[in-house]
Amino acid sequence: MTITLTINGLEKTFEIDPGEKLLEVLRREGYMSVKKGCGTGDCGACAILFNGRSVNSCLVFAAKADGGEILTVEGLATGEILHPVQTAFLAEGAVQCGYCTPGMVMTTVDLLTRNPDPTESEIREALSGNLCRCTGYVKQVRAVQRAAELMKDGGSHV
Amino acid sequence: MSNQAKKFATVGKSLRKVDGFALVTGKPEFVADLQLPDTLHIKILGSPYAHARITSIDVSAAEAMPGVACVLTHHNTPPHRHTTAGQGYPEPSPYDSRMFENKVRFVGDRVAAVAAETEALAEAALKLIRVQYEELPAVLSMDEARRDGAPVIHDETDSPGIYDASRNIVADVDIDVGDVKKGFEESDEIVEFTCETQYAQHTPIETHVVMSYLDSAHRLVLRTSTQVPFHVRRIVAQTLGIPMQQIRVIKPRIGGGFGTKQEVLIEDLAGLVSLRTGRPALLSLTRREEFDASRTRHPMRVRVKLGAKKDGRLHAIEMEATSNTGAYGSHGLTVLANTGSKTLPLYNKAPNAHFYGQAVYTNLPVGGAYRGYGATQGYFPLEMAMDEMAERLGLDPIELRRINHIQLGETSPIFEKLGEGREGVSQTMKSCELPRCIDIGAERIGWTKKRGKRLKVGSWVHGVGMSIMMQGSGIPEIDMAAATIKMNEDGSFNLLMGATDLGTGSDTILAQIAAEVLGVPLTKMIVTSSDTDLTPFDVGAYASSTTYVSGMAVQRTAEKVRDQIFGVAAPMLDVSAGELTLHDDAVFAPSGQSVGLDRVCQRATYETDQFQIGATASCVPHESPAPFLANFAEVAVNTETGKVKIVHYVAAVDCGVAINPHMAEGQMEGAIVNGIGYALTEEMILSSKGRVRNPSLFDYKIPGMLDIPPMDIILVESYEPTGPMGAKSVGEIGINGPIPTIANAIYDAVGIRLTETPFTPERVLKAIKTAAE
Repeated sequence: MTITLTINGLEKTFEIDPGEKLLEVLRREGYMSVKKGCGTGDCGACAILFNGRSVNSCLVFAAKADGGEILTVEGLATGEILHPVQTAFLAEGAVQCGYCTPGMVMTTVDLLTRNPDPTESEIREALSGNLCRCTGYVKQVRAVQRAAELMKDGGSHV
Repeated sequence: MSNQAKKFATVGKSLRKVDGFALVTGKPEFVADLQLPDTLHIKILGSPYAHARITSIDVSAAEAMPGVACVLTHHNTPPHRHTTAGQGYPEPSPYDSRMFENKVRFVGDRVAAVAAETEALAEAALKLIRVQYEELPAVLSMDEARRDGAPVIHDETDSPGIYDASRNIVADVDIDVGDVKKGFEESDEIVEFTCETQYAQHTPIETHVVMSYLDSAHRLVLRTSTQVPFHVRRIVAQTLGIPMQQIRVIKPRIGGGFGTKQEVLIEDLAGLVSLRTGRPALLSLTRREEFDASRTRHPMRVRVKLGAKKDGRLHAIEMEATSNTGAYGSHGLTVLANTGSKTLPLYNKAPNAHFYGQAVYTNLPVGGAYRGYGATQGYFPLEMAMDEMAERLGLDPIELRRINHIQLGETSPIFEKLGEGREGVSQTMKSCELPRCIDIGAERIGWTKKRGKRLKVGSWVHGVGMSIMMQGSGIPEIDMAAATIKMNEDGSFNLLMGATDLGTGSDTILAQIAAEVLGVPLTKMIVTSSDTDLTPFDVGAYASSTTYVSGMAVQRTAEKVRDQIFGVAAPMLDVSAGELTLHDDAVFAPSGQSVGLDRVCQRATYETDQFQIGATASCVPHESPAPFLANFAEVAVNTETGKVKIVHYVAAVDCGVAINPHMAEGQMEGAIVNGIGYALTEEMILSSKGRVRNPSLFDYKIPGMLDIPPMDIILVESYEPTGPMGAKSVGEIGINGPIPTIANAIYDAVGIRLTETPFTPERVLKAIKTAAE
């Protein structure tokens, strides 16, 4: 079957199998920031924004996403100019292997769009579905706090 | 920060990762992100039985299926024995594995593999393979393994390196210092504990994955998620029976390892598919396959007996370890040996010590390298016994440790007696800030005001506990790392090194070391690592080796290049080379006159006495300086539900000079959180048939952001004179802390000694009830 998605602002049409998940389709179409860690919705490595909300793309049937808007990490930065969430993750040393980073960044973008000034416990709650085995999460919590500050300033700095 | 570290320009700063921009923008840097046209997809058929012989296997229907390119079984693959353990050659692990065999030894063991046009087709083809098994009696526990008449798991006759295959014993270690029997007789107080640790898994978020293809010279390229690219090249050559020069291994960005990617687990399959078909092949384990058939931490039973004099001096230490290595002996000997060698030197005052133990085969999931590498299992009973000994002697647990722990300038006979599965290497502590780590940690947790107070809040009772530990920095006289640096005429440098960044940030910190020596900012270093065609050798990322061993190789290489630069610059500045200094992208004469590095390299490249400025250097460490760690935890135990909540965790670590403090902290934070998971929630649950019953990240609970207590990680810097820029390695040590620290804090809160991990509410509640009876 054929579906049409708006991915990172561009409308695209894909041929898919009805049983395929969005994760598989996005990766096949070259959106390699969307990572597979489990395929069962437990790790959050495949999180993207679907119609503005963070979802695990491994749980969404591509067929159901027809007509939807998708934002992946590839759509965040403008050339060399990073999104404040990306800037904050780098500055705080919140990236180790980087495999969980795209999912965490997208979940953070979702959080800060809805709640520009989250408390620490709101941050932990929002990112509780994004597993990371490298960092221990300390620097990621700080990165989200810093991103919130940067976004309030309206700033985006490499 | 130490005085020496203050002189640094680049080292000691939390600079951003050299690969950070690519990672945070989601660039296709990982193995599975590379898409090559015509790629085949590989799926593996795993054994449904814990122990069975394959009496027949019929792949004709699978082979005939459209879209199937290749089916592999024991009938059509090389039979060469090897170990999957990616260790230095000759490996101390037995050669007890084959690509495929007519015998399977655990649930999930390889039976066959299919390469097909798509993953779905490969899966469908697996279902068409008809296998007849003769089920064999299985060994499903450590205790059964050595029982008289137990089934022999490795009954083949061509597997060298097994200690006693007929009794399922992979390895046996027994070392003595002094006379431990006499030591106990002479002791005033004796404490003894036996602790058991569980099956646990590394769970990197990226599972094992490899992409293989043939290059323009028809050589096999393996682009793989590994910690040990050079060992992969050697072991795949051995397994497939092809010349090593036919193989190139590239490690791109990888999604974590923690030891499980020190294993050559899947590269042979993808490689053989590409060689047979001439086509690229991708093999990526599912999370379920990762749980069933990759590697685990060796579950162990470790008994510790301590004897002490009334004044608190330890007089005798005995440690006996039994390790379950599962169906194959990967890292069996060395993890066992490290249980003693990485723990006993900590208490070097005891004149009598005895370490002995065995690693045994079972028909259960396979053990392997896992961050901490035996020390994690050993510190549990050791530090619990120290806590109990302190109470018996009426000493503060901190005081007992102060009396007994190893100090600056001291050694331990254990270093020489017990090494990496063989005799070790004598060494003396040239840096040790453990006393300061203990002071800082005790203050931060509020030790004196909280210890023994048993503060009650509803049904929660609070307690504090502590533990101390040491690890090492690489494997002395065995590890080898090398680096090459070449200079470019714009004043930049290529840094080519075998060292393997598995997400730790080693590409960055090693470049910081080179930049420091060469007097340039980090941005002038172009880093290429872990490509067996392009970079010099390195054993890889394991045993807390990279910062110390690879770091020293990089420092020496940079120093050679610096000397060449001085040689070229001397006539330009009209002074002798010995008077020159290098900083801020330029060479300076004592007068302050300078010449830019770009000009120096332009002269060497285009103008006078032309040559390539560049060098290669190596490091084989003669010692393994220990990082030291003091752990403190405040916990709250719910006496009605048995739940344990960590209120505050403090870890003060002596890491030498932190080359990049953010990354050193990151190593500690990640290791401690992994250790907290191991202490409280993580456990592979096995069925009575040996099958993993919780093979998902839903049922196997690793810590998430809500599970993390407030943590203080304190880098207590020292200066290690043998290390690069004064650094030691801290990749592993943190993971050893949570189990004994939490156990001791639980005792302080509710007076129970938990000797089995993880400390689940069920176990805690049961122990509370038993104690009350």
